[in-house]
Amino acid sequence: MTFDVEQAKKWIITFNDKIQENKEYLTELDQAIGDGDHGLNMARGFQETVKKITEGKYDDLGSLFKDVGMTLIAKVGGASGPLYGTAFMKASLALKGKKEVDIKALVEALAASLDGLKVRGKAQVGDKTMIDVWEPVIEYMKNRETIHSKELTDLSKEKMDGTKELEAKKGRAAYLGKRSIGHIDPGAASSYLLFASLAELFEEGEVAQ
Amino acid sequence: MKYVSLVLISHSYEIVSGLKKLLNQVQPEVSVAIAGGVEGDIGTNALDIKEAIESVYSEKGVVVLFDLGSALINAEMAIEMLENNENIIIADAPLVEGAYAAVVEAGLGSSIEEVVRAGESAKELVKIND
Repeated sequence: MTFDVEQAKKWIITFNDKIQENKEYLTELDQAIGDGDHGLNMARGFQETVKKITEGKYDDLGSLFKDVGMTLIAKVGGASGPLYGTAFMKASLALKGKKEVDIKALVEALAASLDGLKVRGKAQVGDKTMIDVWEPVIEYMKNRETIHSKELTDLSKEKMDGTKELEAKKGRAAYLGKRSIGHIDPGAASSYLLFASLAELFEEGEVAQ
Repeated sequence: MKYVSLVLISHSYEIVSGLKKLLNQVQPEVSVAIAGGVEGDIGTNALDIKEAIESVYSEKGVVVLFDLGSALINAEMAIEMLENNENIIIADAPLVEGAYAAVVEAGLGSSIEEVVRAGESAKELVKIND
């Protein structure tokens, strides 16, 4: 399977649909341990992003992801704007000039996104952030000969659920300390939706690297 | 420019807008720019912060002060996006007291390092004696 501009658009549009459906849920998660704006911010940012990319014409994946990143940076007020924005900007650099890539190259671009996220958010695995989903998911995709759609979704969900037991070390939730335990991290929850949307592109079940 | 400039960032436009008024009264010579809120809502935005820094850029330096968490992430991103980002420092300081101390120091014609130090020393400020 190759990943092209149309599929990249489909990924973002599917992700936006899931964000809109789960807006209240993400907000509830964020009200428990953050400032309560994650659902609204993500919904506003990705609605704008989808509007931008469905109107735009793109010759390559790099310019598409650049528009996604810049729209998020401009439109989202909380930490999720610069974080998701950085993720897509890093991927856009890795995919500059590419009309379509194989899955291996897509995974390499997402690995660059993960590196960018860790630098921007100064977070590591175990800090109760989106990194707790991103890092194991990227590792899974890097190390498999074939990517199974269901395995990808299940792993993302498991890692999202895993943030419930962690004590927050970053963001507004870190002010709560141990009181953050028992709640799923909102950024991990939206990251699960991002990878579940990607998995839907691989709907035939598995994708050879 | 003779003085170090300040940029104030808050999730709320009203917070930095009020703070700027206060600082202008204390030190009218020091240029102060603000970035607060996102399109009228609560939040911060890297592009607005970048514009604010550019609007008061001084070769002597720009000190950036912020309120909470994601304001820092956006401030760092704004500085990376600037073509000329020499002499811009984000101070690890409480916003109101830090900006007050920084504007007084900047008004004396002090260096950027001295202005940052003044802002950051506000962390140890004792507000009620006895």
